[in-house]
Amino acid sequence: MHNFDFVKPSSIAEAAKLLGQDGAQPLSGGQTLMPTMKQRLAAPSVLVSLTGIDEMKGVCMGDGGLHVGAATAHAVVAKDAAKHYPALAALAGGIGDPAVRSRGTIGGSIANNDPSACYPAGVLGSGSTVVTNKRKIAADDYFQGMFTTALEEGEFVTGVTFPIPAKAAYVKFNQPASRFALTGVFVAKFKSGVRVAVTGASNNGVFRWAEGEAALSKSFSADAVKGLAVDDSDMISDLHGTAAYRANLVRVLTGRAVTAAG
Amino acid sequence: MPKDHGIGASSKRREDVRFLTGEGVYTDDMALHGQTYAVFVRSTVAHGRIKSINTKAAASMPGVLAVFTGEDFKDVGGNPAGWLIKSRNGEPMREPKRPVLAHGKVRHVGDVYAAVVAETYQQAKDAAQQLADDTVIEELPAIIDMAKALADSSNRVHDEIPDNQCYDWGWIEDNRAAVDAAFKSAPHVTTLELVNNRLVPNAMEPRASIGEYFPGTGDYKLTTTSQNPHLTRLLVAAFVLGIPENKLTVVAPDVGGGFGSKIYHYGEEALVLAASKLLGRPVRWTAERSESFLSDAHGRDHVTKIELACDKEGNFLAFRTETMANVGAYLSNFATVTPTFLHGTLMAGPYKVPHVYVNVKTVFTNTAPVDAYRGAGRPEATYSLERVIDKMCRELGLDPFEVRRKNFITTDMFPYTTPVALVYDTGNYHATLDKAMVMADVAGFAKRRAESAKRGKLRGMGLSTWIEACGIAPSHLVGILGSRVGLYDAATVRVNATGNISVMVGAHSHGQGHETVFAQIVADKLGIPESSVAIVHGDTSKIPFGMGSYGSRSLAVCGVAMTKAVDKIIAKGKKIAAHMLEAPEGDITFADGKFSVAGTDKAKTFGEIAFSAYVPHNYPLETLEPGLEETAFYDPANFTYPAGAYICEVEVDEGTGKVDVVAFHCADDFGNVMNPMIVEGQVHGGVGQGIGQALLESTTYDENGQLLTGSYMDYAMPRADDVPFYNVDYSCQTACTHNPLGVKGCGEAGAIGSPPAVVNAVLDALNAGGYKVDHIDMPVSPGRVWQAMNG
Amino acid sequence: MTKVSMTVNGKAVSGEVEGRTLLSAFLREGLGLTGTHVGCDTSQCGACVVHVDGKPVKSCTIFALDVAGAQVKTIEGMANPDGSLGVLQQAFQDHHGLQCGFCTPGMVMSSAALLVENPKPTEAEVRHYLEGNICRCTGYHNIVKAVLSASGQTVAAE
Repeated sequence: MHNFDFVKPSSIAEAAKLLGQDGAQPLSGGQTLMPTMKQRLAAPSVLVSLTGIDEMKGVCMGDGGLHVGAATAHAVVAKDAAKHYPALAALAGGIGDPAVRSRGTIGGSIANNDPSACYPAGVLGSGSTVVTNKRKIAADDYFQGMFTTALEEGEFVTGVTFPIPAKAAYVKFNQPASRFALTGVFVAKFKSGVRVAVTGASNNGVFRWAEGEAALSKSFSADAVKGLAVDDSDMISDLHGTAAYRANLVRVLTGRAVTAAG
Repeated sequence: MPKDHGIGASSKRREDVRFLTGEGVYTDDMALHGQTYAVFVRSTVAHGRIKSINTKAAASMPGVLAVFTGEDFKDVGGNPAGWLIKSRNGEPMREPKRPVLAHGKVRHVGDVYAAVVAETYQQAKDAAQQLADDTVIEELPAIIDMAKALADSSNRVHDEIPDNQCYDWGWIEDNRAAVDAAFKSAPHVTTLELVNNRLVPNAMEPRASIGEYFPGTGDYKLTTTSQNPHLTRLLVAAFVLGIPENKLTVVAPDVGGGFGSKIYHYGEEALVLAASKLLGRPVRWTAERSESFLSDAHGRDHVTKIELACDKEGNFLAFRTETMANVGAYLSNFATVTPTFLHGTLMAGPYKVPHVYVNVKTVFTNTAPVDAYRGAGRPEATYSLERVIDKMCRELGLDPFEVRRKNFITTDMFPYTTPVALVYDTGNYHATLDKAMVMADVAGFAKRRAESAKRGKLRGMGLSTWIEACGIAPSHLVGILGSRVGLYDAATVRVNATGNISVMVGAHSHGQGHETVFAQIVADKLGIPESSVAIVHGDTSKIPFGMGSYGSRSLAVCGVAMTKAVDKIIAKGKKIAAHMLEAPEGDITFADGKFSVAGTDKAKTFGEIAFSAYVPHNYPLETLEPGLEETAFYDPANFTYPAGAYICEVEVDEGTGKVDVVAFHCADDFGNVMNPMIVEGQVHGGVGQGIGQALLESTTYDENGQLLTGSYMDYAMPRADDVPFYNVDYSCQTACTHNPLGVKGCGEAGAIGSPPAVVNAVLDALNAGGYKVDHIDMPVSPGRVWQAMNG
Repeated sequence: MTKVSMTVNGKAVSGEVEGRTLLSAFLREGLGLTGTHVGCDTSQCGACVVHVDGKPVKSCTIFALDVAGAQVKTIEGMANPDGSLGVLQQAFQDHHGLQCGFCTPGMVMSSAALLVENPKPTEAEVRHYLEGNICRCTGYHNIVKAVLSASGQTVAAE
């Protein structure tokens, strides 16, 4: 990998300043960025580690729901969010493997917005609010397609606030090699209706399955989605599964998530 | 009572202590004074003509010490093929040169055409990038599909080979007419077209090599990740660089798995040696995993049509096979024998089928070289047979267990000569099948299937009864068949003056536990503690010329050489004892570590005899040399023939197509067993790899020759949660009749027998669930299963 | 080059590193602790797992400078003070949980982390926890047995 200056600020303000420099790039847990850098596909001149910023760490309940600091590792969310938002904790506890969960963070995951990452489904499916060093962004506006977000130059995620649904569950089907989601579905039942967010399946990254949401808002049962067709025209087709297969997984996993949500 | 030491005991592995404490020393763990770093420049296109390489900029970058291109090696030798195979028409195979660095053309993604050596790894890496940027390669159409490669002479991997064919081999050509006739008159014929998927071996330690040159003596040393240091020395010294063998030491230290991929000599080894001579400094290289994917010899990759002729009761009449085997861009050392003699000669299986014919066309493509990978040819043979038998049973409504049983060679038929020219010395295929059926509780399957159905899963059971030929190999026989080397092995037993023992062996342990098992055998035979025996391997300056470890040969060939050397030690010990005890040599017996005069209480311990050999004060010096050290070479009289029956149970998730292996039972006959714990471990590992091949592992090149599965992100390795506990038994033992240990070999069994058992189980589940599916190619991935269920 | 200091296996250490120096490289080349192995470049194989402040991490996917001041434990720090094998290491030997030994350091470190989090894991929990550690030799059977045994449980498998 190319060399760079490594800096590790201890406050959001300091990080914002450092990331204002040319060629600066934020580093969260590094579980995706570092392999990319090894392939020399990313070559920052300054790497700003965000994992030393205490104000970006931890899980707490507050107005608007559960707030998760962007630099909180998956393993911490898996443990500390369990009593507040079990579906989210379970999602975090299923990302990667234990060593990845020690380092990987929610902020890093949603800033990268890998089309097969788990967190985007949880964030979008919960109708969360993404908090950055500059503003608050509704999840529906934040995810803008594969590896694309609403983040602007110099902007970085500092946390995510999750409204707590009445029922929720995340079910993913692993891509057998990478263990990322070949397809993953997050289902959340709120008073206002049901949200279904799908990761891994679409060429456009994480998305909400509108037909599924409509059917489940009427009747929150696995049977409600059983006969629903899933449009596969924008689905990913690769050596691990065709578009039609992924469309099938969207339907099947949604049903299973509803069952798991109880 | 299980034994607690010696032959047959599950002695704990002595090598584990260093591996469990971080004290193992693998090639990349060595730091050498003055070391430099090599980085290789690899082709990013599958097929292209090198127009120019401008080395100037790279050579002047910081820290860069040397830059090499194909031009620098065009006058040295090529890396040779170990076997000369002849085509059906009698012509020898086509054998293009495999240079150290590609010259003129690049022939697969990952083909090395240049190298940089620098003071640091990062400097070498930077310069390699520069060199790649300064190279002009005219891209040519990639030749990937084997059928197209054979049909299209306008596009050639090697310009001098018009149809991209290495050979068109028939086995046995004289059988062909009789086989065809048997098919014509057969009451039933089952035909199956299948792919034996290409695999990347993926030893967890990436390949690594360190070259050293000592100007004061003119000696070279190569430390490398090899399964067979002497073979590597022979290849790199005599064939490639032209170094006298006695000026090159090859050391294979701790090696992190091989599975075939580290048998072969690779160009990187020659380069680090040549560079070390030029620079007068050690030159090291360790592959990144992405390089391993692109450049380690891959395995399998057959496209096969197999036909089975039988009567309506399922009695086999004939098997006929047509296979295209991919050898990739160059011939790796064993590439030509793997799809031929290691495959075609096994096409009778453990069955008394009268007629068998095999045709193999081997094809050059713009892909990484393909060579022997755990099982090597025998998994391909077993898969074809066990799949087509399973299909036939479904077509005729026959019980797959009974069909195997009625076709097995019976115990009264040994030695049994197959229609494909092997002579099975012994076996009991009914015994292993019976055993497996008990282990698997076949009778209780219906109940388990019903229980799975309650949980919404389709359950299936699959059977595979396999045989292999290993203990490779009788030199006189392989010589007739085209081998350019002998396949004996060797061991030296050195009794030290204080009575402990160093055994230098030609086999190499890269996970097999030779340091423990070989010591058990020597200790057992000499009646001394295992701790008194040290096994030395992996260093050509210390060990006798042996051929290394592959083909389940370490124990059955090298282990036998070792026991023969021990026999010589005992024979000499008797002479010394006769002198010391003043008795006729014929009266001396050796047992429990003591030389005794028969019928008396006069005796000398093994230690006393050893001491006397080195301090020969009271010693028959007129007739006997002092010292107690013996070497034996052993060349096996025949292959060994392990066999067994594997039963797999799977559950299939109808919603996702995911297959879970829920039970796996192995009843094997390995002949005599030296260390049950290690034998079980070998079977576990082989079955794990077989499940990987069956369900997970796919090596996929796109039409442009880009490897789509070039990392663990896309190449699915079996993980701990992909596999169950395996139920392993080796109690059905028919001792090998032609080696004194009675051993057959167990290293490859699991990988040979398991893939068809898994696939047969999946098809059983689907068909029982109402899905009429004849076949799914491996890997039987969720997407493929779902596709099969949903048309 | 920047100076980095940390505690490795209970000993204070420091060295000069670049920004891009990985913890695995610092351990292997800087400190000569070559028990930590590197088996891939995509953070998948787990041969490089060490503990940082008690948590398992892939040392090939963390910069040495990001670990400044931390407590690091590697395979070299897993034996008993008298040099004998620790309980988990001994279980790996007793149950033949290793063959070529290359993945073993990572396997031991991951398994040790599991037993801290979950002292009596089920077979399924062991398998799931080890999904980020690839072994090509053992088919995992004896690794799972070793971990279950080290947790003080009788092992159901043959």
